[in-house]
Amino acid sequence: MMQALLHQILSGLANGGIYASVALALVMIYQSTHHVNFAQGEMAMFSTYIAWALIQAGLPYWLAFFLTLGFSFAAGVAIERIVLRPVANAPVLSVVVVFIGLLVILNSLAGWIFSYMIKSFPSPFPSDAWYGSPYLSPHEVGMIAVTLAVLTLVFGFFRFTPLGLAMRAAAQNPASARLVGIRVGWMLAFGWGLAGAIGAVAGMMAAPTLYLDPNMMTGVVLYGFAAALLGGIDNAWGAAAGGFIVGVAENLAGAYLVGTELKLTVALAIIVGVLVVRPAGLFGRTLIVRV
Amino acid sequence: MKPTLLRSLGLSLLLALALAVPFVASGYQIFQATMVLVYAIALFGLNILTGYNGQISLGHGAFYAIGAYSAAILIDHQIVPDWATVPIAGAICLVVGYLFGRPAARLAGLYLALATFALAVATPQILKYRGFEHWTGGSQGIILDKPDPPAFLPIDADQWLYLCCLAVTLVLFVLGRNLLRGRIGRALLAIRDHPIAAASMGIDTARYKAMTFGVSAAYTGIAGALGTFAAAFASPDSFDAFLSLRFLVGIVVGGLGSISGAFFGAAFIEFVPNLADRISKAAPWAIYGVLLILVIYLMPSGVAGLIRAMTQKINRDKETIREET
Repeated sequence: MMQALLHQILSGLANGGIYASVALALVMIYQSTHHVNFAQGEMAMFSTYIAWALIQAGLPYWLAFFLTLGFSFAAGVAIERIVLRPVANAPVLSVVVVFIGLLVILNSLAGWIFSYMIKSFPSPFPSDAWYGSPYLSPHEVGMIAVTLAVLTLVFGFFRFTPLGLAMRAAAQNPASARLVGIRVGWMLAFGWGLAGAIGAVAGMMAAPTLYLDPNMMTGVVLYGFAAALLGGIDNAWGAAAGGFIVGVAENLAGAYLVGTELKLTVALAIIVGVLVVRPAGLFGRTLIVRV
Repeated sequence: MKPTLLRSLGLSLLLALALAVPFVASGYQIFQATMVLVYAIALFGLNILTGYNGQISLGHGAFYAIGAYSAAILIDHQIVPDWATVPIAGAICLVVGYLFGRPAARLAGLYLALATFALAVATPQILKYRGFEHWTGGSQGIILDKPDPPAFLPIDADQWLYLCCLAVTLVLFVLGRNLLRGRIGRALLAIRDHPIAAASMGIDTARYKAMTFGVSAAYTGIAGALGTFAAAFASPDSFDAFLSLRFLVGIVVGGLGSISGAFFGAAFIEFVPNLADRISKAAPWAIYGVLLILVIYLMPSGVAGLIRAMTQKINRDKETIREET
C-alpha cells in the first residue's frame, strides 16, 4: 500500500518535471511580454518531430538532442521577430488569436510533413540502467535529472551572465533598459528562443512515454499552464515547483480518486479550486493596487 | 439623409436579404447560413462576457455543448415538444453559467482563462463518461430528426429551421442590445474598465459578473440547442476545446464589444475553414492559421473596429470640408 503510494508520488514527480519545464517556458515569455504563449505546446511538439527526423537520419541521440535545441532556439527567435513583432501593440486578445493561429499552423504542418501516424520516440536512458528501481524506471529518473539540469542552467544563466542580466532588465523596465543601451527587442526575441529550447527539452523527454503525434502536447501544455498559475506566473521558482505539484496531484487523482477517464477533469478542478482560494498562486505575490 | 434614418433603412434591407436567403440558396447553403446565425448568437453571448464585461472565457464551447445536449436529451426522450427545448436549454445554461461565474468572479485575467479552458477540456470527457451513457449516448452521441415545418407552409425542413433561427436571432439581439444600452450595460462596462471604481460607485461587482456569466452562457446555450437541430446530431467530439478557441477567434475577428461584430465573426468561423480547405487539401488548418494571423495584422480590433474607425474618419473629413467652405 505504502509502496504503491510512493510509486505514484515518484512517477508523478517525473511527469511533473515535464510540466515544470513547460511552465518555465511559459513564464519566460510571460515575464517580458505579459502574454501566455498558447502555441508553446505545439512548438515543443514540432521540435520533437525535428529530433525524431534527425535520429531517423542516423544521428546519435545526444547530437540530435542538441541540434534540436539549436533549431528550437532559432525558431523561437524567428517566430518572435516575424510573427509577433507586428502585433506588439495590438489588444491582448488579438495577440491571443495570433497564438491560436500559430498553434493550428504548427499542428497542421506537423501532420502534413510527418503524417498523423503515432510514432515511437527513443529514450536516451537504457531500460536496464543501474539507476532504475521498482519505484522509478530509468527513463523517469533521467527525466527528473534532465529537468533539474535545465532549471539549474536557466537560473544560472539569469543570475550570473551579463546577457541574463540584460534580459531581466529588459523584462522589468524596458524604458530604462533601452536608455542604458540594452536592445530590448532582441532580448524579447532571445526570451522566445529560450522558451522554444526549454519546450523542446520537455517535448523530447515526454515523447518516449506519450508517443509522438501532432496532438501529443495538448494535455501537457494545459498542465504546464496550470502549474505556472498555481506556482505564481511572476515567479520562475514557483512555476517549476507548481509543475512538480501538478504532476503528483494528477497521478494521485488518477490512482485514488477516479480512473484515467476523468483524471484531467479532476486534476484541473483541484487546481482551479486552489486558485479560487489563493488567486495569486501558491508562491505568487499578491499585488496591491493603489487607486 | 439623417444617420438614424439611413441606419434603419440599412437594417431593413439586411433583414429583407436575410429573409430571402432560404428561397434562393441551395440546401447546403441554407445549412451554412443557419450555422452563421447560430454562431452569431453564441458569439454575441461570449461578447457580452468578454467584450463588454472584460471576463475572458476560453470555455464557451462547454456551454454550447450543455445547450446542445439539453435539447438533444429532451427530444430523444420526448419529454417536451421540440420548440420548448430551446428556452429550456437557455435556462439550464443560465443557471450553470451563474453557478460557474460565482466563484470565477474571484479570478481575473489569465486565471479565469485557465478555469474556463479547463471547463472546455473537461466537457468531452464528462460527456463520454460511462455513468451518463444512458442519457448522453456515450461517445456515439445522439442522432436527431430535423423538426418538421408546420403543414400549412409550403417549405422544407431546412428552410423552416433557418427561419426559426432567424427569428430567435432577432429576438435575442434586440433583447441583448437593450440590455447593453441601459443601466446594466453601463455597469458592465464600468466593471470592465475600472473594477475598483465601479465597486466604489456601488455596483455589486461579484453579483454582476456572475449574472453576466449566466446571461452569456444562456445565449451560447441557446445557440448550442439550435446548432443541434441544424446538425441533427450531438456527439462529444464536436464540442472539444477547439470549439471554444473558435468562438474566441470569432469575437476577436468580428470585433470585441460590438454587436454587429458577432455576424462578421460567425461568417469567419463558418466559411474560412471551407475556404482554407479549397486552397490546400493537405494542410487546410495551416492555411486557416495564416489567414487568421493576416486578418489580425490588417484589423487588430476586428472587422467592427475597422468599420468604426472608417466611419469616424469619414465624419471627420466631412467636418473638415464643412469648416473649410
